[in-house]
Amino acid sequence: MSMTRRIPWMKYASASSFYPLANRLVPIFMGLAIVLAVIGLYVGFFVAPIDYQQGNSYRIMFLHVPAAWMSMFIYLLLAVYAIISLVWRVKMADIMAYSLAPTGAMFTFLALLTGALWGRPTWGTYWIWDARLTSELLLLFLYLGYMGLYSAIPDRQRASRAASFLAIVGVVNVPIIYFSVVWWNTLHQGSSFSVSDGASMTSDMLSALLLMTFACWAYAIAVVLRRAQAVILERKKVALWASQISRKKES
Amino acid sequence: MHRMLWKLFNRDMALFMQRKQDIVTVLGFFLVAVALFPLGISSDPELLREIAPGAIWIAALFSTVLALDRLFSEDMDDGTLEQQLLMPLPISLVLLVRLIAHWVVTSLPIIVLTPVMGVQFGLNLDEIVILTFSLLLGTPVLVLLGAIGAALTVGLKSSGGLVTLLLLPLYVPVLILGTSSVSSVMAGMEVTAHFSLMGAALIVSLVLSPFAVATALKITID
Amino acid sequence: MLSIEGLAAEREERLLFSGLSVTLSAGEGLHIVGKNGTGKTTFLRILCGLTSPAAGSIKWQGQDTRLFREEFCSDLLYLGHKNANKVELDCRENLKLSLGVKEVSSAEIDDALHEVGLGLLLHLPARFLSQGQQRRLSLARLLLTKARLWVLDEPYTALDYKAIEWLDSQLECHLKNKGLLVLTSHQTLTMSNTIRELNLGELNA
Repeated sequence: MSMTRRIPWMKYASASSFYPLANRLVPIFMGLAIVLAVIGLYVGFFVAPIDYQQGNSYRIMFLHVPAAWMSMFIYLLLAVYAIISLVWRVKMADIMAYSLAPTGAMFTFLALLTGALWGRPTWGTYWIWDARLTSELLLLFLYLGYMGLYSAIPDRQRASRAASFLAIVGVVNVPIIYFSVVWWNTLHQGSSFSVSDGASMTSDMLSALLLMTFACWAYAIAVVLRRAQAVILERKKVALWASQISRKKES
Repeated sequence: MHRMLWKLFNRDMALFMQRKQDIVTVLGFFLVAVALFPLGISSDPELLREIAPGAIWIAALFSTVLALDRLFSEDMDDGTLEQQLLMPLPISLVLLVRLIAHWVVTSLPIIVLTPVMGVQFGLNLDEIVILTFSLLLGTPVLVLLGAIGAALTVGLKSSGGLVTLLLLPLYVPVLILGTSSVSSVMAGMEVTAHFSLMGAALIVSLVLSPFAVATALKITID
Repeated sequence: MLSIEGLAAEREERLLFSGLSVTLSAGEGLHIVGKNGTGKTTFLRILCGLTSPAAGSIKWQGQDTRLFREEFCSDLLYLGHKNANKVELDCRENLKLSLGVKEVSSAEIDDALHEVGLGLLLHLPARFLSQGQQRRLSLARLLLTKARLWVLDEPYTALDYKAIEWLDSQLECHLKNKGLLVLTSHQTLTMSNTIRELNLGELNA
């Protein structure tokens, strides 16, 4: 009967060692995020010079570009965790993937929103079907699909596997989607505007951009770890509840 | 093996043909959707010609999604899906045969009607041929990819909206290729590149998608 | 013939059973018992390969059933909770469909349907059949299959006493012919003592 005890214990081992670790990491990264964001915004708004073409409106780039980077990177990370969870059945990997999704979707939305706000003064319109904006929109759909499928399947184990599988299919498709959209864009608009990072970036602009990127990173790490903690607690509660019920049935 | 697969195909065809109502619904949806474009946008012949490939492709795309709803759900409910997965044949092969039968029953009628739609939108013969051919190459890809979404959502209540959300990003490349092939011929350009890419997409999805669908089904009926 | 080693199943984060090891040789039957929710159906589904186990392995003729899936499936007949009948097809078509790619003559099909008492309803779409008749239609495939391992989930459900007797005689006949049988049932079996009992509830405690 030693087998009986070992199986669940093994599976929760990683989660139970993760929990106190996350407790220590979350405040550190949250603090780091705030400090970096304050410095980054200061450099971005007051130190970096005015762009000779776009004036002050380009400064939204300091949020837009990190958000767009994060949105793509988080999806990649999510897919990696999905593979680990699907192939090696590591529950912690599934919890991480699940916790990454809302933050990734948030950054995608932020990238779209700031892109639209940037577009207004630059192109004179909030939205153009630019290749990058369009693929960012499709990325948002991929995130929503992952979260939608996860929450739609009542059995959690099944939900986790199905959503993980979807994330993997999605990540295979991301480059295909991107290239097809770029191709479509050149076909329909010729050489149109694009959200160019600008060739003439001063070192101040670059450092503001990097600071903001690191701030976003720290924020994402803190929030995702905290969410993972909440998910662990929630799942443990359900498991406890289920085992209590089954014990009650037997006695 | 060949004879077994042929028998399987006939079996699936017979089953699908039993649900005539579904076939009519999908076809009706396609016709109505296409007819709504001129009513909703404009009856200007020049404009109609321009939007024709997109309108017909989008209608075909959503008809495919609509038809996919019935691909596994009924078999899941009555227990025949499990029996299919227990056949002494590779699951991916069983599923591939089923998907081909599904395509013949639901997509082929749409393709047959496409030239009529093309005439309604004022396309000339060349353009109609290209449009029909693009659907002939593209709709199997839609079915093959769509089956992954259908398998992932099988057994869920009111999964229609979710399937659409899951499939939309996957369908975008196919849609772009399909419509732009017709736009290119309208602009007097070559379309071989489009068709080579679509052919490649078809081959890749024919090879990979059955395995993906099998994996997805194993997950959801687990 | 059939050997199960260290099988464990999990549902909703809950361990249903674990360390389940059992061997079944030709002509033997296994009756899975246990209260509701102890994992009887899950066990049968794992056995067939429809559900993946949390741990353990299943061997058929010494070969892992997951690696030699097709060989195993050609020896396997599974009847689940659901009858696997298509409501829009009639009895004949349903039976033919359920036999998959196997070649069976229509005379054999009609004979089988006569034997399960559906002889007068050959052309009736399955949606007009009663629960018991639906069950009998799905049990008719026992007569036509050459599968050596029968996995039956609650086969007695909705059957009247005559049909129960008929099913008992079929199962005994199958065991006598060196077939293997795994079934779940809430009622005590009145068949020969070649059928062992396995209580999943006790295993878990």
